[in-house]
Amino acid sequence: MTDPNEQQGPRIGKDEWVARHGDNRARRAGIAGTIEERLRGVPWWAWLALFTGAVCLLPLGVDSGYARRIAFDTVIYMLLALGLNVVVGWGGLLDLGYVAFFGVGAYTYAFLSSDKFDLHLPAILTIPLACAVGGAIGLLVGLPSRRLVGDYLAIVTLFFFQIFLTVTNNGENLFGTDVTGGPNGIINVDPLGLFGRELPVSTDGVFNVSYLYVALAAFVVVYVALRFADQSRTGRAWRSLREDPLAAELMGMPVSWLKLMAFAFGAAVAALAGTLVTALNASVFPQSFEFPLLITIYTMVILGGAGSQAGVVIGAILISVLLEVLREPGDARFLFYTLGLLGLFAAFRFSVRLAVVLGGTISFGLIAHAVAGRVNDLWTAGTESGGSRLGAWAAHWVIVPTDLASWVTPVSYIGLVALTLLLTLLHGWSRMALLVPTLYLAAFVWENVMLVKPEPTRFVILGALLVAVMVARPEGILGEKRVEIV
Amino acid sequence: MAGTRLLELTGVSMAFGGLNVIDELDLHVDEGEILSVIGPNGAGKTTLFNLVTGVYEPTGGDIVFAGESIKGLEPHKITQRGIARTFQTLRLFLNMSVRENVMAAAYGHTKAGVFRSMLRTPGQRREEREIRASAEQRLAFFGERLTGYRWDQPAYSLSYANRRRLEIARATATNPRLLLLDEPAAGMNPKETQEITELIGKLRTEGGFTILVIEHDMHVVEGISDRVVALDHGVKIAEGSFEQVATDARVVEAYLGTGAAERK
Repeated sequence: MTDPNEQQGPRIGKDEWVARHGDNRARRAGIAGTIEERLRGVPWWAWLALFTGAVCLLPLGVDSGYARRIAFDTVIYMLLALGLNVVVGWGGLLDLGYVAFFGVGAYTYAFLSSDKFDLHLPAILTIPLACAVGGAIGLLVGLPSRRLVGDYLAIVTLFFFQIFLTVTNNGENLFGTDVTGGPNGIINVDPLGLFGRELPVSTDGVFNVSYLYVALAAFVVVYVALRFADQSRTGRAWRSLREDPLAAELMGMPVSWLKLMAFAFGAAVAALAGTLVTALNASVFPQSFEFPLLITIYTMVILGGAGSQAGVVIGAILISVLLEVLREPGDARFLFYTLGLLGLFAAFRFSVRLAVVLGGTISFGLIAHAVAGRVNDLWTAGTESGGSRLGAWAAHWVIVPTDLASWVTPVSYIGLVALTLLLTLLHGWSRMALLVPTLYLAAFVWENVMLVKPEPTRFVILGALLVAVMVARPEGILGEKRVEIV
Repeated sequence: MAGTRLLELTGVSMAFGGLNVIDELDLHVDEGEILSVIGPNGAGKTTLFNLVTGVYEPTGGDIVFAGESIKGLEPHKITQRGIARTFQTLRLFLNMSVRENVMAAAYGHTKAGVFRSMLRTPGQRREEREIRASAEQRLAFFGERLTGYRWDQPAYSLSYANRRRLEIARATATNPRLLLLDEPAAGMNPKETQEITELIGKLRTEGGFTILVIEHDMHVVEGISDRVVALDHGVKIAEGSFEQVATDARVVEAYLGTGAAERK
């Protein structure tokens, strides 16, 4: 007799693996696993509310105008990162002209609310108009590029960026009329006005914290709106487009139109950020929209995890704060040595090798310092302790000559890069042995070259950080791991 | 139901440079039938699918779907008119969840615009709920395999056979009348192959789809087809029931070479 359950042949959808799925789900053991599970359960809006509340309370604890201004700039960066995330993270389109849209918003605000053309529209009109103009130009740039992908698209958008820079820089004589003021920009731009009252940029020379709140409100609105868009048919279509444009088209999604929309929405968000900055600065100059800014925003998005809204916001905060910290040599030095130590801990954990490398590097430095001091006093006399304990300690460890020969800088730089590359080729104890002089040389370069030139140093550190993150965690801090082909 | 022409190709040609991949092909699919296309590698089967779905525009002839010419339309417009396909080389949205893969395909027949989505209007939320419920229902078509906790897993975590199933589910989510399946049993083990044979039958009876299928596995072709068309070098060499086509001298020749039919 046959069992009625035992059909002839296989039954559709029976799968033992599925039946045991509870056991197959990986979860970290112990308290760490429980905490992770709990944190995962917190909804996104709760995080957003918590974060916004914390930033709102910030001015109560921090009364320096400088710190508040940094907070404002950070919120602007967060907006820019959110906008770029639409194009790059969701649409998967490499847009190298993004900063131009930021500029478009800034200039539109200046055109509509300044003495330039004697227009003084209220901000409540100017800001939406500037966003619309930004979005429209985004559409126009997208129009010739809707059939392009990858590198080709990147080049077209880069070209647009270049046009923007050329026009703004030479706009004091555009077909005979002064439009953008050229390198001198546009000054005396109106501050934000709400309901007929002007919001002063500063009171008694101190940054007006209302601007921080306005920017924060804009951030919350944009974050929520984009979040909702992402969880809709348009958001799904954008991500489908990123995954496989041909499959998306064949599943009924109008790929060209979706690309244009991604461009337009990214551009509108950038334009919004531009209006706020212009209103606060009361001026706009073409120099504010150059390549380093583009690279900085990309770094934020990539570091945080393209595609994750929370991720790119965290990336923006980290980079923005990091760039500020690195302005101050004492803080920068602290950060440098801390990150170095953390890196070593991450690589070796608590092991004999860690002790060997650390001990080796410290004694290597002490010996080198002593020898150099014997040979010539001036070789070790150049360190500025900066008044901090760490600085004083570094003065007894790193060789810092008072008068650095001009060839030392390039040679030590190139030497450091060469040693680092060599390190990646070696294994085992030879790697350990080479690591010691490499670390010492890194400290040498830091104290002698980088610390005295904070401006390029900030970007070198940024680049190094990005390389490290891409090696250790290519998907970024909060990004989902992407799989291309399996 | 049967007898009405759903898809009709008349004198369709496709040439890449000087190479005629499809040459003066006449083919029709009737409402409610399952038509299999067979032929050796390079016969032009997948090109036929690419022509019907609008990936390529034919260099000659006309393609009529449900009484209207679809020649030269953009692929997404053709899909929105009711033709959906799967791919021989799987093309899932790998980094999206299983459910999202299916939900994404509802784009063509849903309406909520971006601004309505940003404002979460009641209409948009209702539509979103419908899309979600419909997607889950389509996944449930494959039994337990693509349901439950699998909904939220990324598509790349699926096994090969489940990816093929997900592709079918995604195609059905575009609300098609005609479903084009490109080698649905490729790379499957015998048990899975038998399952897919049953499934294609179920797609017609329960899903109500008309199906055009490319398949190499002759057991599957035998099991599902109302009619079979054999292609070779872009030309139709035989048409009829499975028995007629399988014993046709030119088909045997195309697969096994000249003289094979005589030796048999």
